[in-house]
Amino acid sequence: MIEIRFHGRGGQGAVTAAEILAKAAFKDGNYSQAFPFFGVERRGAPVMAFTRIDDKPIDLRYQVYNPDYVLVLDDGLLNVVDVFSGIKDNTEVTINTTDFEGSGEHEVYSIDATGIALDMLGRNIVNTIILGYFAKKTQAVSIDSLLEVIKETFPGKIGELNVEATKKAYDMG
Amino acid sequence: MVKEVMTSNKAVAEAVRLAKPQVIPVYPITPQTTISEYLAQYVADEKIDAKYVKVESEHSAISAAVGASGAGVRVFTATSSQGLMLMHEILYAAAGMRVPIVLADANRAISAPLNIWNDQQDSIAQRDAGWLQIYVENAQEALDTTLMAYKVSENPDILLPSMVCLDGFILTHTVEPVEIPDQESVDKFLPPYVPEHAFLDPNEPMSIGNFADPNYYTEARHDMDVAMTKSMEVIQKTCDEFAEIFGRKYGLVEPYKTEDADIIFVAMGSLCSTLRVMVDQLREKGEKVGLLKIRAYRPFPTEAINEAVKNCEKIAVIDKNFSFGIGGALYADMKVKIDKEIYGFIAGLGGRDITPEAILEAYEKTKAPENDVTWIGLKEE
Repeated sequence: MIEIRFHGRGGQGAVTAAEILAKAAFKDGNYSQAFPFFGVERRGAPVMAFTRIDDKPIDLRYQVYNPDYVLVLDDGLLNVVDVFSGIKDNTEVTINTTDFEGSGEHEVYSIDATGIALDMLGRNIVNTIILGYFAKKTQAVSIDSLLEVIKETFPGKIGELNVEATKKAYDMG
Repeated sequence: MVKEVMTSNKAVAEAVRLAKPQVIPVYPITPQTTISEYLAQYVADEKIDAKYVKVESEHSAISAAVGASGAGVRVFTATSSQGLMLMHEILYAAAGMRVPIVLADANRAISAPLNIWNDQQDSIAQRDAGWLQIYVENAQEALDTTLMAYKVSENPDILLPSMVCLDGFILTHTVEPVEIPDQESVDKFLPPYVPEHAFLDPNEPMSIGNFADPNYYTEARHDMDVAMTKSMEVIQKTCDEFAEIFGRKYGLVEPYKTEDADIIFVAMGSLCSTLRVMVDQLREKGEKVGLLKIRAYRPFPTEAINEAVKNCEKIAVIDKNFSFGIGGALYADMKVKIDKEIYGFIAGLGGRDITPEAILEAYEKTKAPENDVTWIGLKEE
């Protein structure tokens, strides 16, 4: 089983990202589960979401405390919550940032997802983009399934733009 | 049959679509809200041919449900927490008027302190209203149980409303794979509702929920108890019929590795998934432990529980609710009806995560008990 933890802010799409990943993993032929942990219900508040992927049905009903992967949608959160909490020696952390310099202690991937989002979507919504980068870096999910689910989740023009942006992030990975 | 990744809330909405209710009065509340949204969408898209009644409160939602069900049509409503508390008065009326409404409750803590997260105090507070209460463990069971609930409630020998209880967020907002049955099979399993005892017909006028003086009230309430007892048999029969058509087996309770267990966990709802994993882990270490999942809390399946726990030494009941001075509600019921050494544990209140460590703590405290009732993971000052 692999366990993924997302950090974002209310309204940034962390919960949707966790669900897209679960649906893509299911399309890949796996079992999957995704769920949020909301703080208080308001835009901008720190939000966590979790995805579990396994080749057999998943029977765990508690939060992910020792993730295999961490995705951070907003580097402003680095000062607010401990995104490295409970991580293991081999945990891989992907952060949307332009200026994060890790201590070298953990495997950290930086991507300027905000730059891609503003350029290609015209607004700072990075959830699909960071998944594209994550898919290439980790191979935890196939890009084909990921793009299919993004198209299903966002029909029409928005979906097409998201697919293009996700592909771009994938190619940067 | 289609398999799709979805939340339990969507699974419930899918079940409602397949059950074809004619009236759906709902008022949104976290974490039930997406059920009301999906159903509004389905009605707008004509996927359900129903009247979606927009109401100003949960008290009105359940009142409209009683009126519609009394007029003789199939009805669905859903709520959570404070919404269910606001329905309280009419929940008793619905059961007493013997209208077979199905209600989904997204289990959530009760204020104060204000809390939107999961526990089961809301539905437990309605325990004695005369509703059947079935607690589900995952999204598939939420869908399947909603369908079965209609069949049981509408049975002419039962005619009591059903509450399908699903854990807020842990189920309502978790996506996972779900099999959606096809309409044809569901129609076969659940034909249209034909009311026998309550319907609106000017040629055959009747009234329900009448005045009952001391000469009649006791018998009316006793009739409900007879129906509730009888519902155990009907639930089991309905589960068997469901399994025959859809291949998924359910019952009043679900024992797991209980035959040779010294200690048996007893719990309701989503917690049972994690407990099953913990039973396997403890078994690998040589511990003789099992799990008894209670699906039907009302009717209380004493016989089925006794059968499952007959060989064990001790029972650890984990409740996500609390009765002051007593312990959890399920614990208290077990103490009354089951002649075993039973310990109660309070966990998961207001969304506190029930981790493997919390479960191990309950297990250790059952092996070496200090108190009858223990609050798990309580932070000391």
